[in-house]
Amino acid sequence: MLFGKAKILHSHGWQYIPDLDAVTLTEEFRGFPLLTDSKDKGDIERAAKICPTGAITVAPFTLDMGRCLFCGECQKCAPKNIKFTNEHRLAATRREDLVVEAGQTAPKFDTSVIRPEIAKYFGKALELREVSAGGDCSVEMELNATGNVNFDFGRFGVSFTASPRHSDGLVLTGPISSNMAEALDICYNSIAEPKILVVAGSEAVSGGLYAESEAVDRRFFDKYHVDLWLPGAPTHPLCFIDGITRLRSKQKK
Amino acid sequence: MKLYHITDNRATAVAIKDIPVVEYVDLYNDLKERMNDVRYHVGHYFAVEIEQGLKFYMILLDDKTSEVLVTSFVPDYYAEGLASLTAIHPQFHPFEREMHELYGIPFDSHPWLKPLRFSHDRRDKSSTMDSYPFYTIEGDELHEVNVGPIHAGIIEPGAFRFICDGEQVLHLEIALGYQHRGVEGEIVRNQNRLRQTLIAESIAGDTAVGHATAYAEVVEKLAGKQASKNLNLERMIAIELERIAMHLADTGALATDIGFQLYQVACEALRTVTINTSQAWCGNRFGKSVIRPCGSNHPLTAEKIAMIRKNIADVRRRYNEVRDDILEDKTLLARFDQCGLVPKSEMIRIGGVGQAARASGLLRDLRATHPWGYYTEIKHEAILKHECDVMSRLATRMDEVLQSADYIEKALAEYTPGENIPAPDYEAPLAAESLSFSLVEGWRGEICHVALTDDKGNIAKYKIKDPSLHNWLGLAIAVRSEGISDFPINNKSFNLSYCGHDL
Repeated sequence: MLFGKAKILHSHGWQYIPDLDAVTLTEEFRGFPLLTDSKDKGDIERAAKICPTGAITVAPFTLDMGRCLFCGECQKCAPKNIKFTNEHRLAATRREDLVVEAGQTAPKFDTSVIRPEIAKYFGKALELREVSAGGDCSVEMELNATGNVNFDFGRFGVSFTASPRHSDGLVLTGPISSNMAEALDICYNSIAEPKILVVAGSEAVSGGLYAESEAVDRRFFDKYHVDLWLPGAPTHPLCFIDGITRLRSKQKK
Repeated sequence: MKLYHITDNRATAVAIKDIPVVEYVDLYNDLKERMNDVRYHVGHYFAVEIEQGLKFYMILLDDKTSEVLVTSFVPDYYAEGLASLTAIHPQFHPFEREMHELYGIPFDSHPWLKPLRFSHDRRDKSSTMDSYPFYTIEGDELHEVNVGPIHAGIIEPGAFRFICDGEQVLHLEIALGYQHRGVEGEIVRNQNRLRQTLIAESIAGDTAVGHATAYAEVVEKLAGKQASKNLNLERMIAIELERIAMHLADTGALATDIGFQLYQVACEALRTVTINTSQAWCGNRFGKSVIRPCGSNHPLTAEKIAMIRKNIADVRRRYNEVRDDILEDKTLLARFDQCGLVPKSEMIRIGGVGQAARASGLLRDLRATHPWGYYTEIKHEAILKHECDVMSRLATRMDEVLQSADYIEKALAEYTPGENIPAPDYEAPLAAESLSFSLVEGWRGEICHVALTDDKGNIAKYKIKDPSLHNWLGLAIAVRSEGISDFPINNKSFNLSYCGHDL
């Protein structure tokens, strides 16, 4: 019996990633898109037309990562204009920064809007309460994965907690189903100030495929300030880890 | 009189005019007898609005002959109600509850005519999530425990109400609907088929491949297109990868819930290898984007085949070590053995499907009984266990991981890299006024999608069934008379989908 366990441990070896910041994902991964405008708008128009969430505008040529589900189909329609890179660090502090413009070479992360108390109170330890409101459980599983044996975000003092009373902020996933809107509101208000609000996954950021569904109620966003926007379908664990890390690190004056 | 149109899971779409429109009383009398035979179970049952009121469609599966029976009926507009099938065969309960919720149809003598998911388009808007009519038992010795909708972990919402005598659970009722997003309506609202595919992938994110396959099959049947051998092999590899990944996740989750960290971390790491294999294939850890109607954007190359083969061999070897140790570990067996029993007879009554049914000795596995795609070429033998408890459900998963690894290896060997696989086709014209269904065995169990097209070949109605629709009741039955502290391991042994149920 003990021999069996020793065998498992031996095969398991060391699994944690020592430097999370140094990771480069596989070439196949679709992250930050590079946009190149062209005189002939035909391909871009086709890409905009097929985009399931209307993330692409033709003039000016932009792609909203907050709506994008990273299916890559637009890249097939307009290979000269759209190229998804494997850059997974997609976090933004302002919703409008998720809109990628033609010629832009990297995601925008505006540190000037980060509230100074975030680094002060949560720089060393951050407990988060996750609420899924119509999420399809893929983002939820990726958030779980941030604490697993590979990513082990807990070593930097960030973890998820059961009670909102014990937490320093809320991570929202899903487009906010109407049936969950009230519970979400109650949960958010149960967290003591100061607190942060993180929105994970394109479905949560924009409503995604369900933005116009009658079963969705997004008035939550009219009421509360969002500190961190994380696109993706689902948000990659490393995108979450990178975003949270930058949000709570001390900003240079 | 002909009651059913007989077809199977490989045939093309059925013209609506070929589906008999029968009298409900005849159907009812037939089903009363027919459903006593375990070879039959209901695949889907729903109503659509037509000019004269409502038209009902039913899809029955015959597991013995692989036949699928399709029928329909239009009750008299002035009919007061329909005799409930649930009263005789409880497996009809979610379907009748859904139709009652949406259209107000009273099903006479239905024992449990409660809201199913609080759809936004339900008939009675005064019925809300907060007014769910939970079952109660009076008694000084009893207490109720309410859990949810928000649970302790990073997990979807749903409300569980336990009635307990001390530590012992007498009754558990599960109220769902918090995750309702209007999926079926959104598929129909916009005929952009890429959008429809992505919606299918989001029905349940952990079953993205399963549901996307079901959607692709439905569309291909309507378009009269047959997937090539290579394409079918790709789909088989993708869905078996998903099965392995989720069974690994659940093995780890079960270990977590009894505080067994060794198995937990070993399975977490193995799941990472598996989903990173998907990512290296198609760019997404959940296999989103790998399944597309009528073609593929990610044909396998010789390098990718080698990569998948190597990773799967590694997962199999390491998982086998975990499995061997689990089967011997007395402290684990003490928690899982004889806990959460759902006898085969109960599984049959509630219409249980998938690996949970197989763990109770009930053969419900579409790969064996209603094969599609490349499963028609292999003789799949379903893994059956007969202990009906948490350990049985875990053991089923463990054996299925190894079986799926075999299938992936087989499929990779059969695959011819470089042979042309067409790009996806989102424009192929669809047969008008037809019904198309697909049956796909996802990792959780039976997925059934049904589309009805209008006279222009647009999808006018889309119905989805995730296996969770049947199996949630199985969880409620499993925890009866168990200690409430054993709820988590029972829950993980089923691992059902909230969003797949709520749609």
